[in-house]
Amino acid sequence: MTDIVLDIDRLSVAYGVEDNAVTAVADVSMRLRRGEVLGLAGESGSGKSTLVQAATRLLRPPGVITGGRVTFESADGPVDMLAADEHRLRKLRWSGISVVFQSAMNALNPVYRIGRQLTEVLRAHRPGMSTADRTARAKELLRMVGITGDRLNSYPHELSGGMRQRVMIAMALALEPRVVIMDEPTTALDVVTQREILGELIELRDRLGFAVVFITHDLSLLIELADSIAVMYAGRLVEHAPARDLFDAPRHPYSYGLRNSFPALSGPVERMTGIPGSPPDLSDLPPGCPFHPRCSFAVARCATDMPQLVPPAGDGSGRLVACWRHEGTEPPPAVLAVPTVPAAPIRTTVAPIAGGAV
Amino acid sequence: MTAVEPNRTARAAALEAVDLTKHFPVRRLGFHRRVVRAVDGVSLRLERGGVTAVVGESGSGKSTVARLLARLITPTGGEIKLAGQPVTGHSADLAYRRRVQLVLQDPFSSLNPVHSVRYHLYRPLQLHGMTEGDPDAAARQLLTRVALTPAAQFIDKYPHELSGGQRQRVAIARALAVRPEVLLADEPVSMLDVSIRLGVLNLLADLRDTEELALLYVTHDIASARYLADTVMVMYAGQVVEVGPATEVTDQPAHPYTQLLRGAAPDPQRAQVVVTTGRGSPPSLVSPPTGCRFHPRCPHAMAICKQTAPPSVPVSAGHVAACWLHTDSGAAR
Amino acid sequence: MSLDIDPAAGTDVAVAPVGITRRRSRPVRLPRSPKILCGLGLLAFFVILAVVGPWLAPYDPTAVGTDLLAPPSAAHWLGTTQSGQDVLSQLLIGTRPTVLIGFLAGAIATVLSVVIGISAGYIGGLVDDLLSLVTNVFLVVPSLPLLIVLGAYLPQGTGSNPFVIALIISITGWAYGARVLRAQTLSMRRRDFVESARVIGEPRRRIIAAEILPNLAAIVTSSFLFTVLYAIGTYVALAFLGVVDVSHWSWGTILFWSESQNAAQVNAWWWFVPPGLAIALLGTSLALINFGIDEFINPRLRSAGVSRKVARRTGLPKRSKLGLTPVLGGRR
Repeated sequence: MTDIVLDIDRLSVAYGVEDNAVTAVADVSMRLRRGEVLGLAGESGSGKSTLVQAATRLLRPPGVITGGRVTFESADGPVDMLAADEHRLRKLRWSGISVVFQSAMNALNPVYRIGRQLTEVLRAHRPGMSTADRTARAKELLRMVGITGDRLNSYPHELSGGMRQRVMIAMALALEPRVVIMDEPTTALDVVTQREILGELIELRDRLGFAVVFITHDLSLLIELADSIAVMYAGRLVEHAPARDLFDAPRHPYSYGLRNSFPALSGPVERMTGIPGSPPDLSDLPPGCPFHPRCSFAVARCATDMPQLVPPAGDGSGRLVACWRHEGTEPPPAVLAVPTVPAAPIRTTVAPIAGGAV
Repeated sequence: MTAVEPNRTARAAALEAVDLTKHFPVRRLGFHRRVVRAVDGVSLRLERGGVTAVVGESGSGKSTVARLLARLITPTGGEIKLAGQPVTGHSADLAYRRRVQLVLQDPFSSLNPVHSVRYHLYRPLQLHGMTEGDPDAAARQLLTRVALTPAAQFIDKYPHELSGGQRQRVAIARALAVRPEVLLADEPVSMLDVSIRLGVLNLLADLRDTEELALLYVTHDIASARYLADTVMVMYAGQVVEVGPATEVTDQPAHPYTQLLRGAAPDPQRAQVVVTTGRGSPPSLVSPPTGCRFHPRCPHAMAICKQTAPPSVPVSAGHVAACWLHTDSGAAR
Repeated sequence: MSLDIDPAAGTDVAVAPVGITRRRSRPVRLPRSPKILCGLGLLAFFVILAVVGPWLAPYDPTAVGTDLLAPPSAAHWLGTTQSGQDVLSQLLIGTRPTVLIGFLAGAIATVLSVVIGISAGYIGGLVDDLLSLVTNVFLVVPSLPLLIVLGAYLPQGTGSNPFVIALIISITGWAYGARVLRAQTLSMRRRDFVESARVIGEPRRRIIAAEILPNLAAIVTSSFLFTVLYAIGTYVALAFLGVVDVSHWSWGTILFWSESQNAAQVNAWWWFVPPGLAIALLGTSLALINFGIDEFINPRLRSAGVSRKVARRTGLPKRSKLGLTPVLGGRR
């Protein structure tokens, strides 16, 4: 069981208390294995950012954790994140779990050189290191993310957005954490820089062996990047499956609709419909499955009972779906029951293609 | 939606830009007046019943082009022609605005928070003297055209009561109120939830078909450009690098930058992982590289690329690229 | 929100995620913050006093009496002056011109600052440069000396006219608001709805009046209250210095007489403390309302956390520490 580095068990989070409480995350369970890249996909109101912020106790007021348990497997043994005190959390943060946010490139202090900001991290957590050691390590970190060492003396505004994001990633890896959480790290960057950074991230993951929770709304990005994908809707986990399986054969109607919301880059141009309706209003959720008002496969039960996250009937692959159509008493709709074909692993080492069309 | 017909008969250009240029002055305490060459020598045609996508990244100048065409900024050079007639001076402003409209990117700030939906839809009608009949009916009809039904439910709402997708539809309805011939859309879906984007894109496609609008779709997402547009124009560092039918430009990109863009875009159906060359970022527009602006990043750069800016070279029917590789003297692809 | 002074506000306080919509059919809601209610209550008190003061006053404020420098008693609730005048009556009578001139000057100054500030911000270019120059000059010129000089040049007989006094006070009071509004307009100019209004064909003056100004309502209100505060203080100072006609009662006039008769030396606290206290309370009321408006505009300033009762019930800390998200169930 020590293969699991982060275990989230039925975590629930709300904003506000008592009458004003709005549930942002409801009963979410997931496990992260050592070295795994877990993609967390969802749109506005899905609760994906709230989930990871709560799991690391970084959620700002008026957020309150209302239930569940989060266990992090640190170097000193398992830690109950929700019961840990400030001292413990401070030790864990950055050296055990580190976080990179969306506008993290704006998290750099504009009046300090980046070399100093990197060494600050080292100084705070590794008091035994000498100044020379810290500088050397900072240089090595920059090199790791593809920035030349002379940039240690640059100010943040002298670097482009992509480079600043790389610096944030370097900072996140400075103490060799076991888990790196990235919340939409490349959304604000252009697509070419995004591709480069993600490539570097995978390389680093292969070399250093940390696990990644990658949060994004861009499902198509996750297919290429993640080992498994968890899809969230209205604060609940609706599907959790290996990445390739999710793309080839989504089981949950929302995953299916989401996958079909990305126009293809090849093949004939055909009309696509996306998902009708609007994102959910968390303060006014309908009874039963939160997705049912927009679901084209909904049946009577969907409006009254909340589906549980379980393996679909007859599927032993480890996939989990929260949908009544997969309960087993009746066969699911054809499009949601496409057989999965085991595919070749996503990442193979490939000779560089000169940016050409594939 | 059908695939692009390669041999479209020549239609009158609803809006045309010829050699459009915009240089922004940079406030410097120095002797030299430096400028940001945001847009340099851009020519394009918008035809009725067609969508032209302008694809590029931030800093490519695509948003500036949209604002130039909307006459929010005055060009430094070049000219704009509306239905063949050159557009000049300020007196033509209101008449121009009746025929050319703009939809902006951010649904959360494109509607004034203190005004209701009704005001947003009725105001353009008032300004252009199109107020005969019942104003409420006109507003409700507009809401129906953008599929915000039942219209009566939305007409009294304020922007903060609507979702992002609904606000964007209201913004489109407002633009349609004066029955323009040309609709410019600057990244209309970039800030919307993924599942909502297609709805708005489909709406634009339907408007192109039913109202014979000439649509300009500015985006950084090459996949959505391929989906919606008939023609795709790729911009880099303020210049046009490639123009052609949408599927052809995305499936067989001729310019190395387009190839880079195509390779970098997430594609779940791609068989192998792409390792991109052409590392680096877009150049400074204050002092852009000499010759072809892409040459510092181009894997195929030749000596001539550093010296002279490439002309627009035809690659196939209706498809041109500004690249020395495609001239007779350049290396074969 | 109608105003985005700090666009990054959402990243600091965890504003509820996008999926949560509030039920409001009008964009303006009266905040039920205790600061605003307290301030409004106090202000209302003084406004009512200004209206009914003259009828409530038990004596004629200028009438001399026999009880000289008497401390507060049943007959004279706030005691008497050196010449036996009733301080309470002076205070009550003096409330009206003080409040009136304060608000009048505030109104005129606010109108000036709105017109100049927003025009400078929106029109830009040479107009902006000129208007900013004028604004800066008026910001830098010391207001009290200028007013004293202006006061000396007032035509005879107008020295007691509240409108004239309000006018000259407002001359020194508009510049700060104009600067603030110019800055706000500059940032609002680039908002998409302003550009959209231009694309629709809206003329410039309508954009300023109907698109930008309504969004600045909160800031203009705040600026108005701040200017009223300034105007009251200035008017009191002018009266205290004897620049304005001291035969007309106002709070500053009471202080003028108390100072000239050395009330402090003879420990006649009932003479100068009441007007001072009144000024302080009125100023406090305006400041409280201003703070309330600030919190309304910038959610970051709102005191986060839960009330004591709720904290006891749920086991949550009253104010949660950053980086230590509270867990319901009492675990710390």
